[in-house]
Amino acid sequence: MADKLHFSLVSPAREMFSGDVDHVIAPGTEGEFGVLAHHAPFMTTLKNGIVRVLEGDTTKMRIFVRGGFADVTPDGLTILAEEARDLEGVKVEEVQAEIDATLLKIQAMDQDDTAKATLQAHFDYLESLKAALVH
Amino acid sequence: MPSLKDLKNRITSVKSTRKITKAMQMVAAAKLKRAQDAATASRPYASRMATVLANLSASAGAGGPKLLAGTGEDKTHLLVVMTAERGLAGGFNTYVVKLAKQKIGELRAEGKTVKILTVGKKGREQLSREYGDMFISHVDLADVKGGDYTDSALGLGHTLTKQFEDGEFDVATLIYSQFKNVLSQVPTAQQIIPASAPVDAPKVDLKGAIYQYEPSEIEILETLLPRYINTQILSAMLESAAGEQASRMTAMDNATRNAGDMIDSLSLQYNRARQAQITKELIEIISGAEAL
Repeated sequence: MADKLHFSLVSPAREMFSGDVDHVIAPGTEGEFGVLAHHAPFMTTLKNGIVRVLEGDTTKMRIFVRGGFADVTPDGLTILAEEARDLEGVKVEEVQAEIDATLLKIQAMDQDDTAKATLQAHFDYLESLKAALVH
Repeated sequence: MPSLKDLKNRITSVKSTRKITKAMQMVAAAKLKRAQDAATASRPYASRMATVLANLSASAGAGGPKLLAGTGEDKTHLLVVMTAERGLAGGFNTYVVKLAKQKIGELRAEGKTVKILTVGKKGREQLSREYGDMFISHVDLADVKGGDYTDSALGLGHTLTKQFEDGEFDVATLIYSQFKNVLSQVPTAQQIIPASAPVDAPKVDLKGAIYQYEPSEIEILETLLPRYINTQILSAMLESAAGEQASRMTAMDNATRNAGDMIDSLSLQYNRARQAQITKELIEIISGAEAL
Protein backbone atom coordinates (compact mmCIF):
# COMPACT_ATOMS: atom_id res chain seq x y z
CA MET A 1 0.00 0.00 0.00
CA ALA A 2 1.30 3.39 -1.01
CA ASP A 3 2.13 6.04 1.55
CA LYS A 4 -0.48 8.64 2.30
CA LEU A 5 -0.13 12.38 2.13
CA HIS A 6 -1.33 14.41 5.07
CA PHE A 7 -3.44 17.20 3.65
CA SER A 8 -5.16 20.08 5.38
CA LEU A 9 -7.07 22.96 3.91
CA VAL A 10 -7.84 25.90 6.14
CA SER A 11 -9.71 29.13 5.49
CA PRO A 12 -9.90 32.03 7.95
CA ALA A 13 -13.34 30.88 9.04
CA ARG A 14 -12.54 27.25 9.76
CA GLU A 15 -10.56 24.14 8.96
CA MET A 16 -12.23 22.74 5.84
CA PHE A 17 -10.41 19.47 5.56
CA SER A 18 -7.78 17.56 7.41
CA GLY A 19 -6.80 13.99 6.80
CA ASP A 20 -4.67 11.50 4.87
CA VAL A 21 -5.19 11.24 1.13
CA ASP A 22 -3.39 9.85 -1.89
CA HIS A 23 -3.08 12.80 -4.19
CA VAL A 24 -3.99 16.49 -4.27
CA ILE A 25 -4.11 18.69 -7.35
CA ALA A 26 -4.05 22.45 -6.76
CA PRO A 27 -4.08 25.55 -8.99
CA GLY A 28 -0.76 27.36 -8.49
CA THR A 29 -0.22 30.84 -9.94
CA GLU A 30 2.43 29.36 -12.21
CA GLY A 31 0.42 26.35 -13.22
CA GLU A 32 -1.54 23.50 -11.77
CA PHE A 33 0.44 21.01 -9.75
CA GLY A 34 -0.11 17.68 -8.08
CA VAL A 35 1.25 16.60 -4.74
CA LEU A 36 1.85 13.00 -3.69
CA ALA A 37 3.37 11.67 -0.49
CA HIS A 38 7.08 12.48 -0.03
CA HIS A 39 6.95 15.54 -2.24
CA ALA A 40 9.96 17.85 -1.95
CA PRO A 41 9.45 20.99 0.19
CA PHE A 42 7.69 23.52 -1.96
CA MET A 43 5.74 26.72 -1.53
CA THR A 44 3.61 28.63 -3.97
CA THR A 45 0.80 31.13 -4.18
CA LEU A 46 -2.53 29.97 -5.57
CA LYS A 47 -5.02 31.45 -7.97
CA ASN A 48 -8.79 31.00 -8.01
CA GLY A 49 -9.61 27.45 -8.93
CA ILE A 50 -10.45 23.95 -7.88
CA VAL A 51 -8.41 21.90 -5.45
CA ARG A 52 -9.02 18.24 -6.15
CA VAL A 53 -8.48 15.54 -3.57
CA LEU A 54 -7.90 12.11 -5.06
CA GLU A 55 -8.19 8.66 -3.47
CA GLY A 56 -6.53 6.31 -5.90
CA ASP A 57 -7.78 7.53 -9.25
CA THR A 58 -11.18 8.77 -8.15
CA THR A 59 -11.84 12.35 -7.15
CA LYS A 60 -13.09 12.34 -3.60
CA MET A 61 -13.62 16.01 -3.05
CA ARG A 62 -13.54 19.21 -5.05
CA ILE A 63 -13.01 22.47 -3.22
CA PHE A 64 -13.13 25.82 -4.89
CA VAL A 65 -10.57 28.20 -3.38
CA ARG A 66 -9.79 31.86 -3.73
CA GLY A 67 -6.12 32.74 -3.61
CA GLY A 68 -3.87 31.77 -0.79
CA PHE A 69 -0.85 29.58 -0.38
CA ALA A 70 0.18 25.99 -0.64
CA ASP A 71 2.96 24.79 1.59
CA VAL A 72 4.48 21.35 1.10
CA THR A 73 6.68 20.10 3.91
CA PRO A 74 7.80 16.59 4.85
CA ASP A 75 4.79 16.60 7.20
CA GLY A 76 2.32 17.05 4.37
CA LEU A 77 0.51 19.67 2.35
CA THR A 78 -1.18 22.70 3.84
CA ILE A 79 -3.36 25.02 1.81
CA LEU A 80 -4.20 28.40 3.28
CA ALA A 81 -7.14 29.74 1.30
CA GLU A 82 -8.72 33.17 1.58
CA GLU A 83 -12.08 31.62 0.87
CA ALA A 84 -13.05 28.02 0.22
CA ARG A 85 -16.19 26.13 -0.66
CA ASP A 86 -16.94 22.50 -1.21
CA LEU A 87 -18.26 22.26 -4.76
CA GLU A 88 -20.60 19.51 -3.64
CA GLY A 89 -23.93 21.07 -2.79
CA VAL A 90 -23.31 24.51 -4.29
CA LYS A 91 -26.04 25.67 -6.65
CA VAL A 92 -25.55 28.01 -9.59
CA GLU A 93 -28.65 30.03 -8.67
CA GLU A 94 -27.39 30.66 -5.14
CA VAL A 95 -24.02 31.80 -6.43
CA GLN A 96 -25.76 34.07 -8.94
CA ALA A 97 -27.81 35.62 -6.13
CA GLU A 98 -24.63 36.26 -4.17
CA ILE A 99 -22.97 37.79 -7.22
CA ASP A 100 -25.86 40.20 -7.63
CA ALA A 101 -25.81 41.16 -3.96
CA THR A 102 -22.05 41.76 -4.02
CA LEU A 103 -22.28 43.82 -7.18
CA LEU A 104 -24.89 46.06 -5.55
CA LYS A 105 -22.63 46.54 -2.56
CA ILE A 106 -19.66 47.43 -4.76
CA GLN A 107 -21.70 49.98 -6.69
CA ALA A 108 -22.92 51.58 -3.48
CA MET A 109 -19.36 52.17 -2.29
CA ASP A 110 -17.14 55.21 -2.58
CA GLN A 111 -14.28 55.02 -5.00
CA ASP A 112 -11.59 55.10 -2.34
CA ASP A 113 -13.21 52.80 0.15
CA THR A 114 -10.61 50.38 1.48
CA ALA A 115 -13.07 47.51 1.62
CA LYS A 116 -13.79 47.82 -2.08
CA ALA A 117 -10.74 45.85 -3.18
CA THR A 118 -11.75 43.02 -0.88
CA LEU A 119 -15.28 42.96 -2.20
CA GLN A 120 -14.01 43.04 -5.74
CA ALA A 121 -11.86 39.99 -5.02
CA HIS A 122 -14.86 38.26 -3.49
CA PHE A 123 -16.87 39.15 -6.58
CA ASP A 124 -14.22 37.73 -8.91
CA TYR A 125 -14.15 34.61 -6.81
CA LEU A 126 -17.91 34.16 -7.13
CA GLU A 127 -17.76 34.79 -10.86
CA SER A 128 -15.12 32.12 -11.37
CA LEU A 129 -16.99 29.79 -9.05
CA LYS A 130 -20.05 30.20 -11.24
CA ALA A 131 -17.99 29.54 -14.32
CA ALA A 132 -16.61 26.38 -12.73
CA LEU A 133 -20.11 25.21 -11.89
CA VAL A 134 -21.53 25.79 -15.33
CA HIS A 135 -18.87 23.70 -17.00
CA MET B 1 -35.95 54.38 59.37
CA PRO B 2 -37.54 53.75 55.97
CA SER B 3 -41.27 53.16 56.03
CA LEU B 4 -42.87 49.89 54.99
CA LYS B 5 -43.95 51.47 51.73
CA ASP B 6 -40.37 52.59 50.97
CA LEU B 7 -39.00 49.13 51.65
CA LYS B 8 -41.59 47.52 49.46
CA ASN B 9 -40.72 49.88 46.61
CA ARG B 10 -37.05 49.15 46.96
CA ILE B 11 -37.63 45.40 46.92
CA THR B 12 -39.67 45.67 43.73
CA SER B 13 -37.04 47.80 42.07
CA VAL B 14 -34.17 45.46 43.01
CA LYS B 15 -36.26 42.54 41.78
CA SER B 16 -36.68 44.09 38.36
CA THR B 17 -32.96 44.91 38.25
CA ARG B 18 -32.27 41.27 38.96
CA LYS B 19 -34.52 40.26 36.11
CA ILE B 20 -32.59 42.50 33.73
CA THR B 21 -29.15 41.31 34.83
CA LYS B 22 -30.31 37.71 34.66
CA ALA B 23 -31.53 38.23 31.11
CA MET B 24 -28.29 39.95 30.13
CA GLN B 25 -26.32 37.09 31.60
CA MET B 26 -28.29 34.57 29.59
CA VAL B 27 -27.94 36.55 26.37
CA ALA B 28 -24.20 36.87 26.97
CA ALA B 29 -23.92 33.13 27.60
CA ALA B 30 -25.63 32.36 24.30
CA LYS B 31 -23.50 34.87 22.41
CA LEU B 32 -20.38 33.64 24.14
CA LYS B 33 -20.90 30.16 22.77
CA ARG B 34 -21.00 31.50 19.23
CA ALA B 35 -18.12 33.93 19.69
CA GLN B 36 -16.01 31.25 21.30
CA ASP B 37 -16.67 28.84 18.45
CA ALA B 38 -15.70 31.50 15.92
CA ALA B 39 -12.51 32.30 17.80
CA THR B 40 -11.56 28.63 18.04
CA ALA B 41 -12.39 27.98 14.40
CA SER B 42 -10.09 30.77 13.24
CA ARG B 43 -7.10 29.47 15.20
CA PRO B 44 -5.85 26.74 12.81
CA TYR B 45 -5.57 29.28 9.97
CA ALA B 46 -3.72 31.80 12.09
CA SER B 47 -1.29 29.26 13.47
CA ARG B 48 -0.60 27.68 10.07
CA MET B 49 -0.03 31.12 8.64
CA ALA B 50 2.46 31.83 11.41
CA THR B 51 4.34 28.62 10.61
CA VAL B 52 4.51 29.49 6.94
CA LEU B 53 5.72 33.00 7.73
CA ALA B 54 8.34 31.65 10.14
CA ASN B 55 9.72 29.35 7.42
CA LEU B 56 9.69 32.08 4.82
CA SER B 57 11.25 34.81 6.91
CA ALA B 58 13.95 32.42 8.07
CA SER B 59 14.96 31.72 4.49
CA ALA B 60 14.36 35.24 3.13
CA GLY B 61 16.84 36.73 5.59
CA ALA B 62 17.25 40.46 6.07
CA GLY B 63 16.38 41.59 2.56
CA GLY B 64 12.64 41.11 3.07
CA PRO B 65 9.89 43.59 2.18
CA LYS B 66 9.30 46.67 4.30
CA LEU B 67 6.39 45.13 6.18
CA LEU B 68 8.76 42.52 7.57
CA ALA B 69 12.00 44.46 7.87
CA GLY B 70 10.46 47.71 9.12
CA THR B 71 11.29 51.26 8.10
CA GLY B 72 14.60 51.13 9.90
CA GLU B 73 13.34 53.74 12.34
CA ASP B 74 11.53 53.58 15.63
CA LYS B 75 10.10 57.07 16.07
CA THR B 76 6.37 57.00 15.52
CA HIS B 77 4.31 54.35 17.21
CA LEU B 78 0.73 53.55 16.38
CA LEU B 79 -1.34 51.89 19.05
CA VAL B 80 -4.45 50.07 17.91
CA VAL B 81 -6.65 49.84 20.98
CA MET B 82 -9.37 47.25 20.66
CA THR B 83 -12.31 47.36 23.06
CA ALA B 84 -15.99 46.55 23.02
CA GLU B 85 -18.84 48.64 21.63
CA ARG B 86 -20.75 48.36 24.86
CA GLY B 87 -20.14 48.55 28.55
CA LEU B 88 -21.61 46.58 31.44
CA ALA B 89 -19.00 43.94 30.95
CA GLY B 90 -17.14 44.15 34.24
CA GLY B 91 -13.60 45.38 33.95
CA PHE B 92 -13.22 44.24 30.34
CA ASN B 93 -12.80 47.62 28.68
CA THR B 94 -11.04 49.21 31.63
CA TYR B 95 -8.26 46.63 31.66
CA VAL B 96 -7.51 47.13 27.99
CA VAL B 97 -7.53 50.90 28.38
CA LYS B 98 -5.28 50.64 31.42
CA LEU B 99 -2.71 48.67 29.45
CA ALA B 100 -2.97 51.18 26.61
CA LYS B 101 -2.36 54.08 28.99
CA GLN B 102 0.63 52.32 30.47
CA LYS B 103 2.06 51.76 26.97
CA ILE B 104 1.49 55.37 26.00
CA GLY B 105 3.29 56.47 29.14
CA GLU B 106 6.27 54.22 28.43
CA LEU B 107 6.57 55.30 24.80
CA ARG B 108 6.30 58.96 25.68
CA ALA B 109 8.97 58.60 28.34
CA GLU B 110 11.25 57.25 25.64
CA GLY B 111 10.54 60.32 23.57
CA LYS B 112 8.54 58.62 20.81
CA THR B 113 5.58 60.06 18.96
CA VAL B 114 2.41 58.14 19.73
CA LYS B 115 -0.67 57.87 17.55
CA ILE B 116 -3.82 56.06 18.53
CA LEU B 117 -6.36 54.19 16.47
CA THR B 118 -9.36 52.96 18.41
CA VAL B 119 -11.56 50.00 17.62
CA GLY B 120 -14.81 49.90 19.53
CA LYS B 121 -16.60 52.82 21.14
CA LYS B 122 -15.75 52.25 24.79
CA GLY B 123 -12.00 52.54 24.42
CA ARG B 124 -12.41 55.74 22.46
CA GLU B 125 -14.60 57.26 25.16
CA GLN B 126 -12.22 56.36 27.94
CA LEU B 127 -9.09 57.52 26.13
CA SER B 128 -10.47 60.69 24.59
CA ARG B 129 -10.30 62.64 27.87
CA GLU B 130 -6.54 62.41 28.15
CA TYR B 131 -5.26 61.51 24.72
CA GLY B 132 -7.90 62.87 22.34
CA ASP B 133 -5.31 64.81 20.32
CA MET B 134 -3.46 61.61 19.38
CA PHE B 135 -6.42 59.93 17.72
CA ILE B 136 -5.95 59.40 14.03
CA SER B 137 -8.85 57.14 13.23
CA HIS B 138 -11.59 54.96 14.62
CA VAL B 139 -13.21 51.69 13.60
CA ASP B 140 -16.82 51.31 14.56
CA LEU B 141 -17.96 47.80 15.36
CA ALA B 142 -21.61 48.71 15.91
CA ASP B 143 -22.76 47.50 12.49
CA VAL B 144 -21.02 44.14 12.71
CA LYS B 145 -23.74 41.56 12.31
CA GLY B 146 -23.77 38.03 13.64
CA GLY B 147 -20.17 38.09 14.81
CA ASP B 148 -18.74 38.35 11.29
CA TYR B 149 -15.72 40.58 11.74
CA THR B 150 -14.11 39.72 8.41
CA ASP B 151 -15.02 42.98 6.68
CA SER B 152 -13.94 45.18 9.58
CA ALA B 153 -10.68 43.29 9.97
CA LEU B 154 -9.86 43.49 6.26
CA GLY B 155 -10.75 47.18 6.18
CA LEU B 156 -8.53 47.94 9.15
CA GLY B 157 -5.74 45.81 7.70
CA HIS B 158 -5.87 47.79 4.44
CA THR B 159 -5.82 51.09 6.30
CA LEU B 160 -2.83 50.05 8.37
CA THR B 161 -0.74 48.75 5.46
CA LYS B 162 -1.52 51.85 3.45
CA GLN B 163 -0.61 54.25 6.24
CA PHE B 164 2.55 52.30 6.89
CA GLU B 165 3.56 52.58 3.26
CA ASP B 166 2.85 56.31 3.37
CA GLY B 167 5.24 56.56 6.29
CA GLU B 168 2.61 57.58 8.83
CA PHE B 169 4.16 55.37 11.49
CA ASP B 170 7.10 53.03 12.05
CA VAL B 171 5.68 50.47 14.45
CA ALA B 172 2.10 49.37 15.02
CA THR B 173 1.06 47.58 18.17
CA LEU B 174 -2.28 45.94 18.75
CA ILE B 175 -3.70 46.18 22.25
CA TYR B 176 -6.56 43.79 22.81
CA SER B 177 -7.98 41.36 25.27
CA GLN B 178 -6.82 37.82 24.72
CA PHE B 179 -9.40 35.16 25.48
CA LYS B 180 -7.86 32.52 27.72
CA ASN B 181 -11.05 31.04 29.09
CA VAL B 182 -14.41 32.17 30.39
CA LEU B 183 -12.95 33.39 33.65
CA SER B 184 -9.80 35.04 32.39
CA GLN B 185 -9.18 37.49 29.61
CA VAL B 186 -5.69 38.88 29.46
CA PRO B 187 -5.03 42.35 28.02
CA THR B 188 -2.19 41.86 25.55
CA ALA B 189 0.04 44.12 23.50
CA GLN B 190 1.16 42.56 20.25
CA GLN B 191 3.32 44.17 17.62
CA ILE B 192 1.83 43.64 14.17
CA ILE B 193 3.86 45.95 11.93
CA PRO B 194 6.66 45.26 11.15
CA ALA B 195 5.44 41.70 11.21
CA SER B 196 7.38 39.18 13.18
CA ALA B 197 6.90 35.46 13.17
CA PRO B 198 5.96 34.24 16.63
CA VAL B 199 8.95 32.84 18.48
CA ASP B 200 7.07 29.73 19.48
CA ALA B 201 5.97 28.84 15.94
CA PRO B 202 6.85 25.22 15.27
CA LYS B 203 9.88 24.85 13.02
CA VAL B 204 9.54 22.38 10.21
CA ASP B 205 12.31 19.87 9.84
CA LEU B 206 13.09 19.64 6.15
CA LYS B 207 15.42 16.68 6.58
CA GLY B 208 18.14 18.38 4.61
CA ALA B 209 15.95 19.24 1.62
CA ILE B 210 15.75 22.75 0.20
CA TYR B 211 12.50 24.67 -0.14
CA GLN B 212 11.39 25.53 -3.63
CA TYR B 213 9.46 28.73 -4.14
CA GLU B 214 7.16 29.53 -6.97
CA PRO B 215 7.23 32.50 -7.67
CA SER B 216 10.20 33.84 -5.67
CA GLU B 217 10.36 34.04 -1.87
CA ILE B 218 10.08 37.80 -1.94
CA GLU B 219 6.97 37.72 -4.10
CA ILE B 220 5.31 35.17 -1.86
CA LEU B 221 6.24 37.24 1.18
CA GLU B 222 4.73 40.32 -0.41
CA THR B 223 1.37 38.60 -0.85
CA LEU B 224 1.57 36.82 2.46
CA LEU B 225 2.45 39.71 4.77
CA PRO B 226 -0.67 41.86 4.29
CA ARG B 227 -2.76 38.74 4.75
CA TYR B 228 -0.85 37.77 7.82
CA ILE B 229 -1.55 41.18 9.30
CA ASN B 230 -5.25 40.91 8.39
CA THR B 231 -5.40 37.48 9.98
CA GLN B 232 -3.85 38.76 13.19
CA ILE B 233 -6.33 41.61 13.33
CA LEU B 234 -9.23 39.27 12.66
CA SER B 235 -8.25 36.81 15.34
CA ALA B 236 -7.71 39.64 17.79
CA MET B 237 -11.24 40.90 17.02
CA LEU B 238 -12.72 37.44 17.48
CA GLU B 239 -10.85 36.89 20.74
CA SER B 240 -11.90 40.29 21.94
CA ALA B 241 -15.54 39.56 21.08
CA ALA B 242 -15.46 36.25 22.94
CA GLY B 243 -13.77 37.93 25.90
CA GLU B 244 -16.37 40.68 25.99
CA GLN B 245 -19.22 38.19 26.22
CA ALA B 246 -17.43 36.07 28.79
CA SER B 247 -16.66 39.10 30.88
CA ARG B 248 -20.24 40.35 30.63
CA MET B 249 -21.58 36.96 31.57
CA THR B 250 -19.43 36.82 34.70
CA ALA B 251 -20.23 40.41 35.63
CA MET B 252 -23.97 39.88 35.19
CA ASP B 253 -23.84 36.63 37.12
CA ASN B 254 -22.29 38.52 40.02
CA ALA B 255 -24.83 41.31 39.69
CA THR B 256 -27.69 38.81 39.73
CA ARG B 257 -26.30 37.21 42.86
CA ASN B 258 -25.79 40.56 44.56
CA ALA B 259 -29.34 41.56 43.73
CA GLY B 260 -30.53 38.30 45.28
CA ASP B 261 -28.60 39.00 48.49
CA MET B 262 -29.98 42.50 48.59
CA ILE B 263 -33.54 41.27 48.16
CA ASP B 264 -33.00 38.82 51.03
CA SER B 265 -31.72 41.46 53.40
CA LEU B 266 -34.40 43.96 52.36
CA SER B 267 -37.14 41.36 52.85
CA LEU B 268 -35.80 40.62 56.32
CA GLN B 269 -35.82 44.30 57.14
CA TYR B 270 -39.34 44.61 55.73
CA ASN B 271 -40.64 41.66 57.75
CA ARG B 272 -39.05 42.96 60.92
CA ALA B 273 -40.53 46.39 60.43
CA ARG B 274 -43.95 44.92 59.76
CA GLN B 275 -43.73 42.71 62.85
CA ALA B 276 -42.64 45.72 64.90
CA GLN B 277 -45.63 47.64 63.68
CA ILE B 278 -48.04 44.83 64.52
CA THR B 279 -46.55 44.48 68.00
CA LYS B 280 -46.85 48.21 68.48
CA GLU B 281 -50.50 48.19 67.46
CA LEU B 282 -51.22 45.25 69.77
CA ILE B 283 -49.55 47.02 72.70
CA GLU B 284 -51.62 50.11 71.98
CA ILE B 285 -54.87 48.09 71.94
CA ILE B 286 -54.00 46.13 75.09
CA SER B 287 -52.86 49.17 77.07
CA GLY B 288 -55.97 51.03 75.84
CA ALA B 289 -58.16 48.15 77.12
CA GLU B 290 -56.33 48.05 80.47
CA ALA B 291 -56.80 51.76 80.97
CA LEU B 292 -60.54 51.38 80.90
